[in-house]
Amino acid sequence: MWVIYTLNGLYFAALLFLISLGLNIILGVMGILNLAHGSLYAIGAFIAAWIVITLGTKVPPFFLYVSLLSGLVGVAIVGFLMEKSLIRFMYKRTLEYQLLLTFGALMLLEDVIKMIWGGQAYYASAPFELLGKVDIWGHVYPTYFLFVMFIALIAGLCIWLFMSKTKLGIMLRAISLDREMATGLGLDITGLSTFAFVLGSGLAGLAGALVVPTTPALLGFGHEPLILGFIVVVVGGLGSLKGALVGSLLVGFTRSFGIAVFPEIELPLLFLIAGIILVVKPEGLFGR
Amino acid sequence: MVKNPRWIVYSLIFIALLFIPRILSIHDLMLFEYGITFAIVGLGFNLLLGYTGLLSFGHGAYFATGAYTVAMIAKYLPQAYSLEILIPAALFFSMVLSIIFGFVSVRHTKIFFSILTLSLSMLLFALLFKLYHITGGSDGLRVPLPTLFGMSFKGIRRPEFLLGTYYYFLLGMFSVSFLVMKGIVNSPFGKALQAIRDNEVRAELIGIRVRRYRLYAFIISGMFVGLGGALWTFVNGHVTADLSHWVFSGEIVYMTLLGGFGIFEGPIVGAIIFTYLKLYAMGNTQYWMFVIGGTLIVLVLLLPNGIAGAFAGLWTKIKKVIEET
Repeated sequence: MWVIYTLNGLYFAALLFLISLGLNIILGVMGILNLAHGSLYAIGAFIAAWIVITLGTKVPPFFLYVSLLSGLVGVAIVGFLMEKSLIRFMYKRTLEYQLLLTFGALMLLEDVIKMIWGGQAYYASAPFELLGKVDIWGHVYPTYFLFVMFIALIAGLCIWLFMSKTKLGIMLRAISLDREMATGLGLDITGLSTFAFVLGSGLAGLAGALVVPTTPALLGFGHEPLILGFIVVVVGGLGSLKGALVGSLLVGFTRSFGIAVFPEIELPLLFLIAGIILVVKPEGLFGR
Repeated sequence: MVKNPRWIVYSLIFIALLFIPRILSIHDLMLFEYGITFAIVGLGFNLLLGYTGLLSFGHGAYFATGAYTVAMIAKYLPQAYSLEILIPAALFFSMVLSIIFGFVSVRHTKIFFSILTLSLSMLLFALLFKLYHITGGSDGLRVPLPTLFGMSFKGIRRPEFLLGTYYYFLLGMFSVSFLVMKGIVNSPFGKALQAIRDNEVRAELIGIRVRRYRLYAFIISGMFVGLGGALWTFVNGHVTADLSHWVFSGEIVYMTLLGGFGIFEGPIVGAIIFTYLKLYAMGNTQYWMFVIGGTLIVLVLLLPNGIAGAFAGLWTKIKKVIEET
């Protein structure tokens, strides 16, 4: 059974990594903690589920997997609109306004989801079932979970390459390191902030789209991922990409083994571990 | 004290509040009682946000502590289920929790503080939610009517209790909280907190022990919120784990901002308006979160000082115009 728990841990970690990576990019570049991040994840799930259900059996299976990308694209657009209409006014405001604005956006988006997709569950299991199951050391395991891990790995590598090798990525890191200095160097802060928000939102949307073949999209779908994303960010260190990776793995494995060994206190245990790490190392594992 | 016209206004409002049960309908009075309990919460919360400059996104934890103290005593120690025991007990347990959580949290400021308080309150949420055979989990616990100094309300129905004795008890607790908090913010301690808020380095150099003062503020704030939570429980009659969820903490921040955290009375105004706003939105539309969230966004963008703040600003402008003419 330990093989399965390990794989499940990796699967949780993969999803959390996508979510917390988005949170962390937004936090690092813009200094804003996006409380509506969970809702963006939920919107990604609903868009992807809706498209997969609509396409159904009309297209070859390969396109179903491509259509999961609609979550990424759709939420990136939502993120763009959100940044242009609300978030951009918040850069010079104090913390309480920034947080409350995203809190307002969270409530707004929850009801927008309710208006568009109603209260019923969207279940798009076709991509999950089509892949079937594989045999790993005598244990049967759904191939789709491996697919999700693979996608998260690719996305993580892309972001890492982007952040360390491309000019745009280096500019983003410059802003997160020293905003004032970056402004002084003449970087287009407004444009880059918009880009960072769109990128972070897109990653949340992708995570939502990847989840929806395994669990039906419901109202309040984004609540738990948001909280787990927070734990990852707190444990890994605010604004650190390496922290997001290590934090996701830690939370993912704690969840997977916690569910297996003591299901009742799996969630409190997670917060307890986060609390202990913070007492010992207040800035998080890789915080500055 | 009497020379200050403010105190005349306070006394007049207090006298008006004494007669409110005769004016409002039963439904509106119930809402008003919710509003008063949240006003106590807002007073406590604002010591931290408005006076110390720390934004907690986890004050639902202390509210839940106060509420669950009452509910747990009702369930496990029914012979002690009396207001004069319940209120000190709620204050005690919310103090204990805010000492523990505060000790961890005040090492940070700004966004770190917010995330940390949020995570810690979610720890309590997770415990309340998962240990359901003790806490009732998502079903929560029911809360019966308490006794007061040996007076039993056995034969009385809940609405009658809430509209009679309990309203005056609540009003008394609110007045005491108001006066205590007023005393705190005007004391040297309160001034020291404001100095920390305005300039941490300078406060440190004057000789204020910044972190310790922040912790004291945190504890006092937590106790007020716990008191509010305990009083709220009797009005609501039912507690659930959601009270410790960060969304509930967000609502506490919301009402404080709605009234205006720059002004002492702001959170009180905010708490009462928020209670009515939320219940009317919930009663009239399925999309009440849209209404509440939209209001919050408009508020942040256009009315950053809150309702009380806007009125105060208007008042200074009018005074200026009068003085000039």
